[in-house]
Amino acid sequence: MLRLERLSKTYADGTQALSAINVEVGGGEILALVGGSGCGKTTLLRLIAGLDTATEGRVIVSGETITSPHEAVGIVFQEPRLLPWLKVEDNVGFGLAGLPAAERRERVDHALERVGLAGYGKRWPRELSGGQQQRIAIARAFVARPKVLLLDEPFSALDAFTRASLHEHLLLLWEETRPTVVMVTHDVEEAVTLADRIIVMRPKPGRVYETVSAHLDRPRDKLSAGFEKTKRRVMNALDRSLRPETPRPSVAEVEAAASY
Amino acid sequence: MGAGMTVTSPATAETGPATSPSRVFLVPRRALAVAGLLLPLLLAALWEWVAAKNLISVRLMPPPSRIWATMSDLAARGELTIHVLATLYRVFVGFAIGALAGTLIGAVAGASEAVRRIIDPTLQSLRSVPSIAWVPLFILWLGIFETSKIALIAVGVFFPVYLGVAGAIESIDRKLLEVGRVFRLSRPALVRRVMLPAVLPAWIISLRSGLGLGFMFVVAAEFMGASEGLGYLLVDGQQMGKPDQILGAIIAFAVLGKICDWVLVLVTKPLLVWQDTARRSL
Repeated sequence: MLRLERLSKTYADGTQALSAINVEVGGGEILALVGGSGCGKTTLLRLIAGLDTATEGRVIVSGETITSPHEAVGIVFQEPRLLPWLKVEDNVGFGLAGLPAAERRERVDHALERVGLAGYGKRWPRELSGGQQQRIAIARAFVARPKVLLLDEPFSALDAFTRASLHEHLLLLWEETRPTVVMVTHDVEEAVTLADRIIVMRPKPGRVYETVSAHLDRPRDKLSAGFEKTKRRVMNALDRSLRPETPRPSVAEVEAAASY
Repeated sequence: MGAGMTVTSPATAETGPATSPSRVFLVPRRALAVAGLLLPLLLAALWEWVAAKNLISVRLMPPPSRIWATMSDLAARGELTIHVLATLYRVFVGFAIGALAGTLIGAVAGASEAVRRIIDPTLQSLRSVPSIAWVPLFILWLGIFETSKIALIAVGVFFPVYLGVAGAIESIDRKLLEVGRVFRLSRPALVRRVMLPAVLPAWIISLRSGLGLGFMFVVAAEFMGASEGLGYLLVDGQQMGKPDQILGAIIAFAVLGKICDWVLVLVTKPLLVWQDTARRSL
């Protein structure tokens, strides 16, 4: 579905943001990327979205190499980024300009209902709270029915209650079309709540440090032993990823450990 | 008429809160609008009183009643209409040309770094040329009649609009442009659906300051030999020693300028309802 092949990004000033990322994400899988600041999580999403170009390697979606924004890939940014001069419904339908008006309206209304904002279509973005605006941004990304949906810490600016309800809205929408989701977060609990797999990244340059699979039943019970265990594994990996280079296990060590 | 308004409106201001609590927020605003009208009326009354007491030279500083009489006389003879229309016509045509040129060139300069670097220094230095300095040149080039006057006004309107539009385009939020990119808008669609609405508020503000400068430049234009127009009334009043006519023309400029600005604000208001500005919450 989504494949990242030896993806590297070096900025013009010489900063190496990403180094040889190899990741494969299956159809309908939810993948979370966690890691310390500066580990290139956002850069990685921007490369997949086609907003930036990779220095080396490539991004492949259903066999197609992504070099610029692609209709199969949608993104929700850290901020809602609604267009203030468009009513809520026109913001949601922003990417559907090519569709007949009736179908556009139907999709928009449906998405608004799914994010719990039915009847808000005629309002201005300025009349909505931050959480509501972010829900509109999520609806805007979903109505275009992308095969791959990227989420760049879309809940980070919100309080815990709003965040929890947004997780539910997100999963409701996801269950309808089951897109592949790649989300960046700095919240381990959020990652375990939503994702099937969690990749811990390591900074300078950004690379994959450890992968934790989280195939728990949905909806996830945050009090279950499995949830707690997965969370601890991610946190431990995150801890280790933030330590200085030396304790990182070499390939030889890992192989030696595996042979026991 | 003015006295009637001042009496009735404060009365509603007093009864308003008592009759309906929901109008509490409306009343102070209306009262403030009345107070805004009250200030010039008070100043006029003071002036009238000082003149009646012979504390000032009535010949050089005619009281409002004298100015009113002179202007109504001009109006009765149909001359005031001719002068007002002549001035308005020049401002509008000059404004239309200047605003159009300023918008187009400002848009190109805002959109293209190369164009901006090439033309901006020249335009900036031309901008600092005082309006009157153009007059002799425009008369030589375009003659003494309407063309030179309209050209001068257009020059005055051009610069604020050019600066406003170029600056607004440069400061469009990159994050919103990225939304357009994510949805793969073509270049024209990006301009129409993201860039134009984004620069709209700044564009309207630049039009307003352009219109203000248009009124400033129309006087300079009408000084260069006009036979009609409010500027002509100024020159004529000076040469014929009629201060009441000069003051009347000045007041006419103030009223006209305010009305034109108000009309511009009113016409463009529906375009900006989406804005989340301080004005709304104040």
